[in-house]
Amino acid sequence: MYTHCVYTVCRVLGMSIGHTLLGLLESGPRHGYDLKRAFDEKFGHDRPLHYGQVYSTMSRLLKNGLVEVDGIEAGGGPERKRYAITDAGITDVEQWLATPEKPAEYLQSTLYTKVVLALLTHRDAGDILDNQRSEHLRSMRILTDRKRHGDLADQLVCDHALFHLEADLRWLELTAARLDKLRVEVAR
Amino acid sequence: MNAPAAPAGSLLTAEDLRKAYGPTVALDGAGFSIHPGEVVAVMGPSGSGKSTLLHCLAGIVPPDSGSIRYAGREMATMNDAERSSLRRSEFGFVFQFGQLVPELTCVENVALPLRLNGTSRKEAEKTALGWMQRLEVDDLAKKRPGEVSGGQGQRVAVARSLVTGPRVLFADEPTGALDSLNGERVMELLTDAARSTNAAVVLVTHEARVAAYSDREIVVRDGRSRDMERAV
Repeated sequence: MYTHCVYTVCRVLGMSIGHTLLGLLESGPRHGYDLKRAFDEKFGHDRPLHYGQVYSTMSRLLKNGLVEVDGIEAGGGPERKRYAITDAGITDVEQWLATPEKPAEYLQSTLYTKVVLALLTHRDAGDILDNQRSEHLRSMRILTDRKRHGDLADQLVCDHALFHLEADLRWLELTAARLDKLRVEVAR
Repeated sequence: MNAPAAPAGSLLTAEDLRKAYGPTVALDGAGFSIHPGEVVAVMGPSGSGKSTLLHCLAGIVPPDSGSIRYAGREMATMNDAERSSLRRSEFGFVFQFGQLVPELTCVENVALPLRLNGTSRKEAEKTALGWMQRLEVDDLAKKRPGEVSGGQGQRVAVARSLVTGPRVLFADEPTGALDSLNGERVMELLTDAARSTNAAVVLVTHEARVAAYSDREIVVRDGRSRDMERAV
């Protein structure tokens, strides 16, 4: 069984919860509770979302026109809204997935989320990895150039950054090599 | 995924290259282009087709179909002698392992491409020594490859690849057998030397730190290429 718990969701919670929920809505309308469950299952094994986070995020997405209320079920308890993604919401997810992240330490959780969402929504996850590789190389070229023209202290500082970026890239390459397997796992 | 039509001013371009070895497809519509003085990294996982792409571009292996143009001329229209001449005088090569001739001294190795082109021994070795100075290995001139370190041998190999003043330098994992420090120095010297002569460098590598010496990268995956600069 594939486990997601090795990836902390702190970055997801901090940076991209809205996009992640939007991405999950692409497969069809869901209630807030279903969204939380899907999020926890795919991305939040060790850090499940709070209901409050789900509903505050959905309110924001609703206000921004990225989701709409698809139906309301009245039951014994409180009313349950069912949310659907709008065309603007799909465009927003599309843009988020296509925009490479600024290279930084501990980027993997965000990239992992993007890759999984791309696979879930039948987008080209390889493109996301290629774009990210390119963004990383852009940073590495700048550092390499700085190193060539700097003193020993510059060289050591740039080397440190270069090795961290290289570690990210190794993760990207390994993930690219495992995309087919990951596609099967996330579809379960 | 395939590269669009080549931009104007390209020195070497390839379009829709296809190559199979029996049932194994190595290239499946790959494209490429490079300008004089440009360093382009060809990246991709093992078995993606990047070395086959380099061999096709260099005229070592003919593609099954597709077009390769060097300086405006279709390579498929050249005969074997013309392609050999191109490889001897217009192209330079550096491989993962220097592939120096063990019986010759280092300066004789560097001078070898000039000697094969008919240059006198004296003239060839004088030019060779100049390149060895640029690559910081002139003190090894009289040593044989077996007597020098891997990093030194690779610098000798780079000097040999540049001695004829090639317009295109093909480098296939040129630092693959070196440690970080030696690999870095080889890349610095190689790219500095190539840029100073306005040679184009086709740099096949799977190492990001080596690719960081390039101006842009092309990613090869499953025999198809993607030009990352022109894709964004």
